[in-house]
Amino acid sequence: MMSSRHALLAVGVVLSLGLAACGGSSLASTGSAKGAVKIWYSNNAEEVKWGDAVVAAWNSSHSSEQVTAEQIPAGKSSEEVIGAAITAGTTPCLIFNTAPAAVSQFQKQGGLVSLSSFSDGNSFIDGRTGNRAAQYKSPDGSYYQMPWKSNPVMIFYNKDIFTKAGIDATNPPLKTYAEFLSTAQAVVSKGGAKAAIWPSPTAEFYQPWFDYYPLFIAQTKGKQLVEKGEPQFNSPDGLAVANFWKQLYTKSLVPKEGAQGDAFATGQSAMAIVGPWAIPVYGGKVKWGVAPVPTKDGMDASAIHTFSDEKSIGMYSSCKNRGTAWDFLKFAVSKESDGKLLDLTGQMPMRNDLASAYPDYFSAHPDYKLFADQAGRSVEVPNVPNSVEMWQDFRAAYSKSVIFGNQSIDEAFKGAADQIKTLVKS
Amino acid sequence: MTVAAAASARASRTRLRSLLGEHPVGYLFVAPFVLFLVGIYAYPFFYAIYMSFFDYFFSAPGAEVVRPFVGLGNYARVLQDPLFHIAIRNVVIFLVINVPLTVAISMVLATALNAAIPLRAFFRAAYYIPYITASVAAVGIWLWLFSGFGLVDKILGPLAPNPSFLINGLLAMPIIALYVTWKGLGFYILVYLAALQTIPKELYEASKVDGASPIQSFFAVTVPGLRPATLLVVITAVITGANFFTEPYLLTGGGGPDNQSVSPVFLIYRFGIEQNHPGYAAAIGLLLAVGVLIISGINRFVLERP
Repeated sequence: MMSSRHALLAVGVVLSLGLAACGGSSLASTGSAKGAVKIWYSNNAEEVKWGDAVVAAWNSSHSSEQVTAEQIPAGKSSEEVIGAAITAGTTPCLIFNTAPAAVSQFQKQGGLVSLSSFSDGNSFIDGRTGNRAAQYKSPDGSYYQMPWKSNPVMIFYNKDIFTKAGIDATNPPLKTYAEFLSTAQAVVSKGGAKAAIWPSPTAEFYQPWFDYYPLFIAQTKGKQLVEKGEPQFNSPDGLAVANFWKQLYTKSLVPKEGAQGDAFATGQSAMAIVGPWAIPVYGGKVKWGVAPVPTKDGMDASAIHTFSDEKSIGMYSSCKNRGTAWDFLKFAVSKESDGKLLDLTGQMPMRNDLASAYPDYFSAHPDYKLFADQAGRSVEVPNVPNSVEMWQDFRAAYSKSVIFGNQSIDEAFKGAADQIKTLVKS
Repeated sequence: MTVAAAASARASRTRLRSLLGEHPVGYLFVAPFVLFLVGIYAYPFFYAIYMSFFDYFFSAPGAEVVRPFVGLGNYARVLQDPLFHIAIRNVVIFLVINVPLTVAISMVLATALNAAIPLRAFFRAAYYIPYITASVAAVGIWLWLFSGFGLVDKILGPLAPNPSFLINGLLAMPIIALYVTWKGLGFYILVYLAALQTIPKELYEASKVDGASPIQSFFAVTVPGLRPATLLVVITAVITGANFFTEPYLLTGGGGPDNQSVSPVFLIYRFGIEQNHPGYAAAIGLLLAVGVLIISGINRFVLERP
């Protein structure tokens, strides 16, 4: 048995380790320092290609400010990887895969540099992104993220299944909830699809972005889930969207469990909610068409807002050469670099002048025109404190009432709205 | 050297010896393991206790952040959290199904595999394969079996439950418990197989001479002879079972349906990692640890009694 003296020694070691860990080096804020910087970018093949090209172009003319690029380390999600890296102080200068929903958390951790602290920070961001940039401001009025590229979500549909179900595959009736429901019924009963549409029914906080939220944004003509600290979903429009989804679940047109594999690519599902990234992914596998997300009574496509599925660029506080990092960031979102991004990935740079800046691209790739049009009316997740927790609470209420029908929607949404109102104020 | 100086040196040696023991070099030998233990287990454990008393969150090194002391506030909130109640209920359901099944099936199978049966080596390997198979792959097979469009539903036809197994609030936890039982059997069979070698053959011969049937000798000789192994199996199954995470994470899509299969460890992940509330998560972890200690203590008390 350990004697009390020995136990005391052990506790001493533990405490000294603890005290050592409580310390920490304070990183100097070096807003204009120049030198080598490191960046992380996403690990999908197209973005890697873009990243390598942009870094090579920069390095060829900045021998004393070389940029080293790495793919973001593997993890369950980029947000978890970045959160851990912030804690460990191992973040690179820039991460080209920063989710807006995680920005408030990273900011609270002291992990992000305010881009507004650069003399041309605000004017550069506002000039490039226009009015939409305001959605990316933090509650303190500063930008801690550069809005980079969006994947405005729309409804992809399988033309073969639609034709088999006797539905016009060129101009399918998907505008109103009533049309969507009757089309959904037809593709399941006559088109041979297991599901009309198959959004993931799982509990992760981000799942509402691909079922409820795009339709909510469309129905409310561009509102965010929470505005000025007030939840917006417990409203007639918000409840109408929830009731629409509930009907799809109740009529077994949407499965309550996750698909095995890609349901749309394998023809199990007749429709999917996706962004323009889906064009190269499904292009060779499915004869697809695209339509805006439905609204209760139908709206003209040119008036429909949708979820942006945007990724931002964050500058992280572990960065020493912030002057170079800021210059490289501006280089990476220049008209030329954005054009390369569009060309290589099909994702929409967050530019105000998207369609007019790249007319050749859009005339050569007409499939992307509708997405580019939607990109101009894309809406972001609200930049509020406890954002992840807020979405998790919303998801819980949605799952309980809409997917599994264990509570009335009115009751669940009211409860979630009360909870969220408190959360986003703390 | 004066007598006083010699006495002083002796006294100081005695003090050193009383502090470090007869063989101080022993500390050198155990130092690597002690450092490992302190760094990997003790430090995080004590730090978790510390965090649980604060509105703690992870921050960048050198960042000036405020983490208010909340005393027992996190514990109070956890104990009032309906999700935590569901998680604890799920642990109870899990243990009630998993532990008896694990003990019973692995004991019977180990006894069978200890006998001279055909293809013994094959069966020993077969039962062990799920244990060494990656959870993600094994879960994939169970999803294929038990999802709404899965094999079991197809075989059951109109008798299949509605909603199907993995999205059925009543069946999701039993399915998880069965899955973990199946996956862990190989290890526990191995434990019992090793323990079976320690039961003297004379006891079986004596029971045979007394006219006992194989079943009677199983209950009269094997089961009591395996009691120390059973204690190990029960405590190990309780500890690993109470910490289940992969299954609600992967098999039931994040603790579904409607949070009906969440576990305490899953909540620790959700609050601590996803939402950056490690103080709250630490309180859940410590309450779970206390609960597991109590259950293990009761098991030990019950199973070690003569």
